[in-house]
Amino acid sequence: MKKKKSKGLKEKDTIEETKGSSPESRRTFLNKLWKGLAILAGVEFTAVIFGFLFSGKGERKSYTPKQLIEAGPVNSFEPNTVTVFRGGRFYLTRLEDGGFIALSLRCTHLGCSIEWEEDKKRFICPCHSSAFTMNGDVQNPPAPKALDYYPITIDKGIIKVDVGTKVERERFSKNQIVYV
Amino acid sequence: MNQTISKKPRVLTNIFLHLHPANVREDAIAFNRTFGLGGMAALLIVIQFLTGIMLRFYYEPFPGLAYDSIVLLQNNVLFGKLIRNIHHWSGVFLVIITFLHLLRTFFTGAYQSPRQVNWIIGLLLFALVIFSNFTGYLLPWDQLAYWAITVSTSILQYIPLVGNSLREFVIAGTEVNADTLLIFYNLHSAVLPILILLLMAYHFWLVRKAGGVIVPNDAEEINIVPSYPNLVYKEGVVALVLIALILVFAVFANAPLLEVANPNYSLNPTKAPWYFAGIQELLMHFHPFFAGFFIPLCAIVLISIVPFLKYREPATGKWFHSEKGKSSSKLSAVFAVILILSLVLLSEYVVNFELLLSALPASISNGLIPLAIFISIIYIYYIFIVRKYKLSRTEAVQAMFVILISSLIILTLIGIFFRGVDMELTFPWNL
Repeated sequence: MKKKKSKGLKEKDTIEETKGSSPESRRTFLNKLWKGLAILAGVEFTAVIFGFLFSGKGERKSYTPKQLIEAGPVNSFEPNTVTVFRGGRFYLTRLEDGGFIALSLRCTHLGCSIEWEEDKKRFICPCHSSAFTMNGDVQNPPAPKALDYYPITIDKGIIKVDVGTKVERERFSKNQIVYV
Repeated sequence: MNQTISKKPRVLTNIFLHLHPANVREDAIAFNRTFGLGGMAALLIVIQFLTGIMLRFYYEPFPGLAYDSIVLLQNNVLFGKLIRNIHHWSGVFLVIITFLHLLRTFFTGAYQSPRQVNWIIGLLLFALVIFSNFTGYLLPWDQLAYWAITVSTSILQYIPLVGNSLREFVIAGTEVNADTLLIFYNLHSAVLPILILLLMAYHFWLVRKAGGVIVPNDAEEINIVPSYPNLVYKEGVVALVLIALILVFAVFANAPLLEVANPNYSLNPTKAPWYFAGIQELLMHFHPFFAGFFIPLCAIVLISIVPFLKYREPATGKWFHSEKGKSSSKLSAVFAVILILSLVLLSEYVVNFELLLSALPASISNGLIPLAIFISIIYIYYIFIVRKYKLSRTEAVQAMFVILISSLIILTLIGIFFRGVDMELTFPWNL
C-alpha cells in the first residue's frame, strides 16, 4: 500500500513540474481550504456549545443555605457537649476547655451525613462506619481526614457560624478552636 | 427462494431484512449460540425509549417538584405506576442483559479479529447503559436517589489531581443540588439516548460487516436458510417472552420510592446503585484511591485491550474455545469465588492493615500492600493453571477474564445482599 502511494505522489509531482499551476494544485489548495474552514467551524460550534452550557452555572445560588448563622449565646452551650444545627448542616461542639468548633455534617469519606452518639461521645457515619471524635478527628477509618469545619465568630457573646466558607483539614489542631 | 419470501407480509419483512441478511447459516441462529441476548438488549432500549417518552409528560426536573410529580404519576395517572415500573425493570434488565451479552461475546471468542472494534463499541454501549441507569437513578429525588448519587459521585474525589474539580463539574457544586438534577435529567433523557442510538446503529452495522454472529469454524455441513421466517420468528418468540417477563415484574414488584430527599439525614445503610455495589464493597477493604479509582481503571483497561493481544490461533467460535478452555474456566471461577469470599471475610474480621502497619500512610498500608498480595496470588495461580492445562494464549486470557468477572460478580452480590445496617456483613434475610 505504502509503495503505491509514494509512486502516485511522484507521478503527480512530475505533472505539476511540467505544467506549473495546473488544475491539480488548485484543487488541492481548495480542498485544504475547505478542510481548514470545516475545522474552524467545528471549533466555533464547540466553543458556542461549551460557552452556552457553562457560562450560567453558579448563578443560581438560592439553594445554598444562609451564609452567616446565629447559633446562640455562648452560655447556652455547656462544655463537653455537641449541638446539632440541621438547617445549617453543622454540629457545634463545645470542648471541655470551653472552646468552640463548628463541624460539617458531611463525612469526609463519601459525603454521607454523620450522627452524634452521646453515649460513646463520637460521630458515626452510617455509610461505611467511619467514626470521628468530638473535635472532628478521625477515630476509625475508612474516612481519610478530619471533618471539615466552619469559621466561628463570637460577637457580644453570640456565636455566629459562617456556613458559606467550608474549611478542609487533614487533622485536628488547637488553632481551629475558637475561645470566648 | 426469494419468491416464497415475497409472499409474506412485505413491509415487515423489508424492515427485518434491513437488519438481517436474506439468508443465514442454520447453526448461526441456534438459540444456544447467542441466547438472543443482543436482540433482547435492543428491544429493552426500544422499551426504554417508549416508556421514557411517556414519563417525560409528567416528570418535572426540579427539587421541589420532582418527587411530587412521581407521586402524582403513581397515584393519579391511569397506568402511571405500571409505566414507571416497566421503565424501572427494563432498566435493571438492560444492565444485566448487556452484561450477559458481553460474556457471551467473550466466551465464544467474538472479541477477536475481525470483531475487535465492535468489542470496543460494545464496551462503550455498556458504559452508556450504566450511565443512563445512573443518571435516571437521581430523578425520583427521594432519599434512595439522593444518597446513592451522593455516595457514588463522592468516589470521584479520590481520582488524583482532578478528582475534586471533576466531582464539582459532574454535580455542578459541592453537593447534589438543583443543577445536578437538571444536568442528570438532560443527560438521561436526551444526550445519552442519542449517543446510544448512534452507537447501536454502528454496532449492528459492524456485526453485518463481520458476516453475522461468530460460528464454529469446523462445522461439517453448512445449511443455509432464509432469515424470514427462520430467524425472525425466533426473535419474535424471544421478544414476547422478555416482554411477558417484564410485565410480570412490573405488575408484582414496584419501583422503589422512599420519602422525599433530605440532605440532612442519610439513610442507613446508604448504598450506591446496585451495579456499583462491587466498587462500594471494594471501598470497605481498600484505601479509596485503589478501590474507587485504580482497581476499576485497571479492570477497564484490561478488558479493552483484550482483543488487541497477539493470539497465535484464531478463535474457534465454540463456547469457551475448547474442552481445555471449558475446564480451566470452571476451575478459575471456583478459585475466584473462594478466594474473594475468604479475602472479604479476612479483611472484615481478622486482618486490618491500617492498624497493623500504622507507621505507613493509609494509601500504602491499606492500598499498595494488600493489592500487591492479591496480585501475587493471582500470578501464582496463573502460572499454575497454564502449566496444569497447557493453555494457549486465548485460553489463558480467558481464565484471567473469568477471575476478573467472577470477582466482580461476587463483590457486587456481597454489596447488594450481605451488607446491612452500618454496612456490617449480615445475611439477606436480616436486611
